Amino acid sequence: MRTRFIVDKSVGYFLMLMALTSILAVFLIGFFTLREGLPAISEIGLGRLLTGSVWRPGLEEFGLVPMIAGSVLVTIGAAILGVPLAIGCAVFLAEIAPRWMSNIVRPAVELLAGIPSVVYGLFGMVVLVPLARKVPVAGNSGFGLLAASAVLAVMILPTITNISEYAIRLVPREYREGSLALGTTRWQTITRVILPSARSGIVAAIILGIGRALGETIAMIMVIGNSVIIPRPLNANPLTIFLSQARTLTGNIAVEINYATGIHESALFATGVILFVLIMLINSSARAIMRERTR
Amino acid sequence: MTGKLRALALAAGVLAIVGGCGEGEQPEQGSSGAPDTTATVGQPALSGRISVAGSTTVQPLAELLSEAFSAEYPDVEITVQGGGSSVGVKSAGEGTVEIGMASREIKNSEFEEFPGIVVHTIARDGIAIVSHPDAGVDRLTTEQVRNIFNGEITDWSEVGGSAGPVITVAREEGSGTRAAFEELVMDGTLITGGAVLQPSNGAVRTTVSTTPMSIGFLSFGYLDETVRSIAVDGVLPNEETAASGEYPVVRPLNMITLGQPEGISKAWLDFIMSPDGQAIVSSEGYIAVN
Repeated sequence: MRTRFIVDKSVGYFLMLMALTSILAVFLIGFFTLREGLPAISEIGLGRLLTGSVWRPGLEEFGLVPMIAGSVLVTIGAAILGVPLAIGCAVFLAEIAPRWMSNIVRPAVELLAGIPSVVYGLFGMVVLVPLARKVPVAGNSGFGLLAASAVLAVMILPTITNISEYAIRLVPREYREGSLALGTTRWQTITRVILPSARSGIVAAIILGIGRALGETIAMIMVIGNSVIIPRPLNANPLTIFLSQARTLTGNIAVEINYATGIHESALFATGVILFVLIMLINSSARAIMRERTR
Repeated sequence: MTGKLRALALAAGVLAIVGGCGEGEQPEQGSSGAPDTTATVGQPALSGRISVAGSTTVQPLAELLSEAFSAEYPDVEITVQGGGSSVGVKSAGEGTVEIGMASREIKNSEFEEFPGIVVHTIARDGIAIVSHPDAGVDRLTTEQVRNIFNGEITDWSEVGGSAGPVITVAREEGSGTRAAFEELVMDGTLITGGAVLQPSNGAVRTTVSTTPMSIGFLSFGYLDETVRSIAVDGVLPNEETAASGEYPVVRPLNMITLGQPEGISKAWLDFIMSPDGQAIVSSEGYIAVN
């Protein structure tokens, strides 16, 4: 009797230890990134890091605006391309697909999450970049925001689809039945009843997808061109901004860390700190929205 | 629901951080017992361990040279690490490695910071200018190359090629190949911000070979038939023209020691400069210096 009690207790503590380890990992990574980034933040100044538009480490210029613009634009592009696709997929899986079909589609979508990102990058480099180059605009190299957004859209698909489908399935059956009993069509039920009821879950899914997009690195390096410029339209049409090359915050670190020393290295860690804060804000806003829903 | 989300949020956060910071911490290998050998050159009794770090351009060559050396002296272990040319100079200057590698000239600022360093040029490497065959150009002057890369020339028709905008492809800031190219060609002007940047010689080659109207620069070791080599000032890039000094874009591959080399370091550097060592240098597509 006594030993059973002891075993039970110690297993509990052991599991708690495991949970604490993961928290410790996040804390340690955050701490060391901040510690390494601090020299740059104090020497260059957070203001100049965040508002400087020139990044030339060789000349001691460390402005992150081009990378922030690149990350924001590629994420917007990915959201425009990926969100409708993912939500359409989630609605189909939850509401329309017969069981046998969702049993094929769902694992396929989940498989997308398991493909290593370097493989996405390779696909982007040999398939999507040449496709993007076909857009007949002067100065279009194919490498740039369009190809990168397309790659990212597919990469965030599983995150958004899974969580959205889950949120849609949580809508009580009575809502559907009540709506259909009033004589609405299936489409009306989906757009007027189900999607509004699942809204906060879907919004949280989109936010998490955006967090995933911001953190993606290697696939971006392979297709986005990595030029340190603030993207601007290539001609009078403002949409051609998506044909511009760019560099993301993550790509900035990965491309340069191998060579960086001193203040340059520290500035890259500062880039990491900024990413860390961004991702934290994004994830906690997703959690806040979820909490509101469950209340 | 919340539980699943929490897990996902945590995973997303960790992924982002790993993606951000996981790469290449600089090697800070302690000096690994080099002085424990009293053997002099040529004596088979040579034994011990040295570490070498620096330029990723020199790294593959250094690995081959260390293998060949270890075949002769089985008790010697030479560990070769990357890190980049700046890291190579710094680690040698601070004595954290026995030998540093740099694929460019040593800067004056580096000599000031580490006055004790001694530079050994073990090979020379040309940087070839390459383009996609569509550009329709097979020769350029150094000045034209400079103006293409600093953004003054933006259309191939300005240098006698087919009409169409030039797409420049370059290496990232900090790369030894980029630094050597800037020093030898750019003459104080800056590489245009609009250039597509790729983080390795291999990636530059792939990009130029698949992107019509593009131009880039490559270490000689990476030249192949997928890209068109451009004659600079009328001289085609190859080992003969580079060795004779006709080809203008050539840089040294350097080994750096703190003070005159001793023990294993000296024996290895002597081996590299010997006919056997230099034969390995040429067989890898670099230019022998002896």
